Amino acid sequence: MSSIAEKRSVGAVLWEYLTTVDHKKIAHLYLFGGGFFFLLGGIEALLIRIQLLKPQFGFMSEETFNEMFTMHGTTMIFLAAMPLLFALMNAVVPLQIGARDVAFPFLNSLGFWLFFFGGVFLNLAWIFGDAPDAGWTSYASLSLFSEGHGIDYYTLGLQISGFGTLISGINFLVTIINMRAPGMTFMRMPMLTWTTFIASSLILFAFPPLTASIFFLMFDRLFTTNFFDVTAGGNTIIWEHFFWIFGHPEVYILILPSFGIFSEIISTFSRKRLFGYSSMVFATILIGFLGFMVWAHHMFTTGLGNVANAIFAVATMAIAVPTGIKIFNWLLTMWGGSIKITVPMLYALGFIPSFVIGGVTGVMQGIAPLDYQLHDTYFIVAHFHYVIVGGVVFALLAGAHFYWPKMFGTMLSERLGYITFVLFFIGFHLTFFIQHFLGLWGMPRRVATFLSGQGLDMGNFISSIGAFMMGIAIVIMLVNIVITTVKNQKVGNDPWEDGRTMEWALESPPVYYNFKQTPFVRGIDTYWIEKMEGNKGLTPAEPLDDIHMPNNTIMPVIISLGLFIAAFGMMYNPMNQVGDGKPWAIPVLIIGLCITFGTMLIRSIKDDHGYHIPKEELMNDKHKGGIAS
Amino acid sequence: MKKWILFIFIFFSALITTGCGKPFLSTLQPAGEVAEKQYNLFLLSFSVMAIVILVVVTIYVIVLVRFRRKKGDENKIPKQVAGSHKLEVIWTAIPILIIIGLSIPTVYLTFYFGDVKGMERVDEQGDPKHLVVNVRANLYWWEFEYPDLGIITSQDLVVPTGERIYFNLKASDVKHSFWVPSIGGKMDTNTDNLNTFYLEFDPEKSDEAGNIFYGKCAELCGPSHAYMDFKVKAISRDEFDRWVLAMQKNEEPELASELAVKGKQLFEENDQFSCISCHATTARDDRPEATRLGPNLADFGNRTRVAGYLEFTKENIKNWIQHPEEYKPGNLMYEKADFTDEELEALAEYLMSLKVQE
Repeated sequence: MSSIAEKRSVGAVLWEYLTTVDHKKIAHLYLFGGGFFFLLGGIEALLIRIQLLKPQFGFMSEETFNEMFTMHGTTMIFLAAMPLLFALMNAVVPLQIGARDVAFPFLNSLGFWLFFFGGVFLNLAWIFGDAPDAGWTSYASLSLFSEGHGIDYYTLGLQISGFGTLISGINFLVTIINMRAPGMTFMRMPMLTWTTFIASSLILFAFPPLTASIFFLMFDRLFTTNFFDVTAGGNTIIWEHFFWIFGHPEVYILILPSFGIFSEIISTFSRKRLFGYSSMVFATILIGFLGFMVWAHHMFTTGLGNVANAIFAVATMAIAVPTGIKIFNWLLTMWGGSIKITVPMLYALGFIPSFVIGGVTGVMQGIAPLDYQLHDTYFIVAHFHYVIVGGVVFALLAGAHFYWPKMFGTMLSERLGYITFVLFFIGFHLTFFIQHFLGLWGMPRRVATFLSGQGLDMGNFISSIGAFMMGIAIVIMLVNIVITTVKNQKVGNDPWEDGRTMEWALESPPVYYNFKQTPFVRGIDTYWIEKMEGNKGLTPAEPLDDIHMPNNTIMPVIISLGLFIAAFGMMYNPMNQVGDGKPWAIPVLIIGLCITFGTMLIRSIKDDHGYHIPKEELMNDKHKGGIAS
Repeated sequence: MKKWILFIFIFFSALITTGCGKPFLSTLQPAGEVAEKQYNLFLLSFSVMAIVILVVVTIYVIVLVRFRRKKGDENKIPKQVAGSHKLEVIWTAIPILIIIGLSIPTVYLTFYFGDVKGMERVDEQGDPKHLVVNVRANLYWWEFEYPDLGIITSQDLVVPTGERIYFNLKASDVKHSFWVPSIGGKMDTNTDNLNTFYLEFDPEKSDEAGNIFYGKCAELCGPSHAYMDFKVKAISRDEFDRWVLAMQKNEEPELASELAVKGKQLFEENDQFSCISCHATTARDDRPEATRLGPNLADFGNRTRVAGYLEFTKENIKNWIQHPEEYKPGNLMYEKADFTDEELEALAEYLMSLKVQE
């Protein structure tokens, strides 16, 4: 049990979180930040489904509807799914590889605050009147045509949060390459670590094209350049290529860590090691690689020509092979196991059939000549919600339940968890299954309403009902979180009893330096090996010694805040397309950038060597830090 | 569990074949060669995928039934199996074979649908063999130009059944996408370049669907994206030729009533707007397309819809003229007009009398 029971003031806690560089606390920040945006995106989804409850409902104006689904998509992808995955990665990956923190704790904090300020900036669009309205894809001809500052919130907000994502991605790459404990070879890494590694390398290659294209779009709108202005010799198809060269890998950035989470859960609750570990690793790498080869399947109807369409069609279908390998490996992991049905496992079990449906409709859309019919209809809406909700969101919910004890030291109620799962699962299929048919019956996506007499009424009605079930499920989950937090019943190291990887050898939550002594890794599923040999903890790889720790710092917040301020100056600069330039804009831009770069300069000049926890203090510390002794 | 799955499968198979969709809109009730082939491709891939799902679900159910942790087995540690090369090879090889199988029709049909060489084919006299239509998408209306026939129409595309029709597609403001679901897959209208493809309307299926097909804009283009519908009248070649002749006459029909004459005057000259400066009322419009700012209104009296989606009634025409922003927000005509009721009546009367044939 934790010995720290001292009460701290709210201000002190707040300051702790603002300045923290501890990966476990940053995980909390990502969880709350991402969770907040997830709720926001969810409310937007419900409003969308209310509008489509019946033909020509008129619940909101067409303009508002366009803003609603644009913000729903943008929020869910950039501000909810990715940060929530980062929350779980931050919480777990350093523990899984036996590290005391990520490679660059300062950058870890900076990554979070950039994401957070970018997200807040984007959502301020609601308050100041013009939300982006050109879809999360923001195709250039429409986004240049869009009135008001909506698209500027999109370009500036995503650039700021995009920096954060890129920084976090690089951080995880370096962490996983450099910080593994002795004996933790690449082929002994847990699947979540592997998938984080691959997803991070996808971030490294996918985000620069997005940044570049958003930069172009921003300059077109704010500084009257002509990258995408056809009348002035620009080209809008280039935007589509740029966007999807980012956009396709992006969905793998989301789904690969989700695969990782499910791999951990399935093998834990089947009490078996992952079946075909090396082929799982290989499949992950292959999916990541192929993910960059298929972007033009989003553009089959753009008119790229027969050769391009045929090549991209076949390449797209090829991704089904490594994905299939994964599905069968999960099934075979369970085969012969001792399956315990817990809430995380339920999500994993719900995930397999849901994701298979999403996968096969993906193959169908990969068939270019068939995609001419399916593209931009509700069929595609159904497809990507099957993979993103059925894959990523299920993984996030499963992961939240699974790692909650490791993150907060308490167990979410299993009973409420079951209710959440059942409602969410049924609601999900109710919402999206029928949408395949709506698309086939001729309903285009992104329509603000539909007319009666076209055979679309019933399907839309069913879909909206389902959405509300999902909404209720999430509310129950929130209740669950509140109850659990209030009860505050602390649990031990390995609350699921079948933990396999190193994080379960540590306290829940782990002490701030994670491992008192760096552990020694003797094979896949380190903790499982020790448990099977009757050991209570991990084997140390080094004698007890001083631990070097980084200092907390407020600088990441200030750096991010500077960019946040500069973005307003950028948006209202006198050259902007909307024509409402403000005299204060340029000074604000300069002040903002000065804050950011000035803080970076101070950080560079002022050496911060961190501090050491002396050996004596560690010896007296009651915390075990994962080591059996 | 298995029974359930079978039930669901049968239920949805029934949904597909009978369909809640409408014959003038649904891709599942194809009424032309392109849509037919795409539908067959759909059925083929769907069947293959159904088998895949069945295999996965079968293993899944067996696993769940056989390997759940039972009472008394709480401490049992199952055998830690690392993997199986044989199995890995099987579930790598079979999907590869399936995908190679699916690739064949995929590649074949990609090139088949993409073959627009017929567009330039001519007969012995040097006349084009096939009908070509230039589609120009605008916020939020469609222009259909028949370059070889010298006529232009808007919103209602008129085509002969039983032959291939080639389309040149482009957009004049933002990107749109041209889609007639029950006739064939869509193609984007880009602002950058001309896209080309073809469609064919089946005579019998067209009759069954009432000779009117619904067309849609499939690419988000602004607030009124949902209202950017158009209609396709698919008629026999003879009827089509008669329509073309009537359109080519290039003169407005005799106006029968006093009211219509007054409407014509208002149309050409009124205090608020100059309708005629954007809207031509005859099908031969020689102005360059950049100056054709509004839909061509020749044969307006025979339109199936007002503003592309409202029922064709005098009341709707009047409402549309007076408050376009309410019906198509973001449209480029004007936000609202201030016509008196008599003026609206006269304008509507005039527009409804614009018919090239009865």
